[in-house]
Amino acid sequence: MSTWSPGSLAPRPGAAPLRRMLSAQTTAELKLVLRNGEQVLLSLVIPLGLLVLLVLVPFVSVDGAVGRGARADFFVPGVLALAVMSTAFTGQAIAVGFERQYGVLKRLGATPLPRTVLLGAKTLAVLAVELLQVLLICAVGLALGWDPRGSVLQVLVLVVLGTAAFSGLGLLLGGTLRGLTTLAAANLLWFVLLVLGGVLFPLSAFGGAEPLLSLLPTAALSTGLRDVLDAGAGLGAREALALLVWAVISLGAASRLFRWE
Amino acid sequence: MTTAALEVDGLRKAYAGRAVVDGLSLTLRPGTVLALLGPNGAGKTTTVEICEGFRTADAGTVRVLGLPPAESSLRARVGVMPQAGGAYPGLRCAEMLRLVASFSASPLDPDDLLERLGLSEVARTSYRRLSGGQQQRLSLALAVVGRPELVFLDEPTAGLDPAARRATWELVEALRRDGVSVLLTTHLMDEAERLADDVVIVDAGRVVATGTVAELTRTGAVGQLRFRATPGLDLEQLLTALPVGCTAKESPSGDYLVEGVVDPQLLAAVTAWSAGQGALATDLRVETRTLEDVFLDLTGRELRA
Ligand SMILES: Nc1ncnc2c1ncn2[C@@H]1O[C@H](COP(=O)(O)OP(=O)(O)O)[C@@H](O)[C@H]1O
Ligand SMILES: [Mg+2]
Repeated sequence: MSTWSPGSLAPRPGAAPLRRMLSAQTTAELKLVLRNGEQVLLSLVIPLGLLVLLVLVPFVSVDGAVGRGARADFFVPGVLALAVMSTAFTGQAIAVGFERQYGVLKRLGATPLPRTVLLGAKTLAVLAVELLQVLLICAVGLALGWDPRGSVLQVLVLVVLGTAAFSGLGLLLGGTLRGLTTLAAANLLWFVLLVLGGVLFPLSAFGGAEPLLSLLPTAALSTGLRDVLDAGAGLGAREALALLVWAVISLGAASRLFRWE
Repeated sequence: MTTAALEVDGLRKAYAGRAVVDGLSLTLRPGTVLALLGPNGAGKTTTVEICEGFRTADAGTVRVLGLPPAESSLRARVGVMPQAGGAYPGLRCAEMLRLVASFSASPLDPDDLLERLGLSEVARTSYRRLSGGQQQRLSLALAVVGRPELVFLDEPTAGLDPAARRATWELVEALRRDGVSVLLTTHLMDEAERLADDVVIVDAGRVVATGTVAELTRTGAVGQLRFRATPGLDLEQLLTALPVGCTAKESPSGDYLVEGVVDPQLLAAVTAWSAGQGALATDLRVETRTLEDVFLDLTGRELRA
């Protein structure tokens, strides 16, 4: 502790260039995700572990998928959908819920960082984590004998639509509930959407409920990805539309209901 | 006339029908320190958060650097230290400060700021592992790192140890010297007395007194002079030597109390009188009114520190 020389605190107000703010905030968001044990568990360890388990241990039988490679063909798209949900929805909802509770968003609101740049940084961080997830899941899938088909561009379209839908839902949850309530709700929904999402077993197991369940965001994403990657059937309009509707509704609601404190 | 750094006029805010800020007005002159002094629940935080743009007023006007509080251009010109919280628990102390510094065009050097606030040793400690006092000081650093023109500090020294409190006071004094306007809230009158040019005393959402520390402690003030001397001295003779309006009494025996405007003449009169009586006045002390006394007089209650 020492004295302040005269003039050292003289005002020199001014905001930094937006690009500098965006890159600093994105870096911070990424650090926070990668340092958080639960987030890493949720977004990397569980999806990769599930993938290996589901492919190697045949406790779920999949119609017409005999052999390791065929099982990988079925499970990789579902696990990709799970990864997107974990990062964009569950991880983001929990993070935002606690950031509000700890007054972080309020603090950032008192700095020159515009809200749009904050949301942009969160989106970039989510996309960066998803890229890491996709690379690891694909690598493990290929090692297990996965034989992907279809167009990378169509996969990209589905992942972006899914990310938008899940981010909207995550921001809606984290932006309106308290930290611990968000934690409980986000984990519960993660589990429900996992079970009903065509990730662990085909949706046909639900019989007549299948058409309705397939409109849930996780199911729409996993089905859409499976159609492209496994069947080579191209972009399913029904799934893409379902995700788009989820995105529009959830982002719209989040932008109206989100509370920064 | 230069615009006030902060101008609040007739501010009102009610929660569930109960007014917690009730017609409050104040003016922060540019380059000065104003202390909003009042007990817990007086409405200080509510007032400050309305000025910061975090809450909206029910009535009244607020101008921050001449602009409405919600104006986004103010974010770069105003520094804020909230009463609690406000950092990512998972970021390290220095990371948090550098992050906020990177939002400003010409920020202070984060490492230097940490050093001066005694946070260098915990620069690599995550926020959640900092002590309460360290979190407070980081919050102060976050408020000033962007080199603002105006700073809001909500109870900046609450819960700090004496050394940290002194470091905080030195920073506020340096800010003032360098032309930064500061509004701080406190329930500690010694803090207001030491730092503030102007003090606004609030109670139950209303201003009960406004003025400089000198003005407030002078208003209607009766100074007290106490001393010890041989018991039974002649007080009648003393009273004739003192200006009119002064009182003098002995109680208990050997303890004397003179009340009146305490100035050099009064002191001279007292010592001359005791010398004339062949007695030595010892333990002479002048007691002036503090803001604590002012608050007690105005509200009938203790400010409680
Ligand atoms: N968001 C709120 N909802 C309801 N009551 C509130 C809210 N914020 C403050 N209050 C009440 O307003 C009064 C003043 O609070 P505050 O401004 O925090 O006082 P201070 O900062 O002077 O201690 C308190 O009685 C407090 O309980
Ligand atoms: Mg308060």
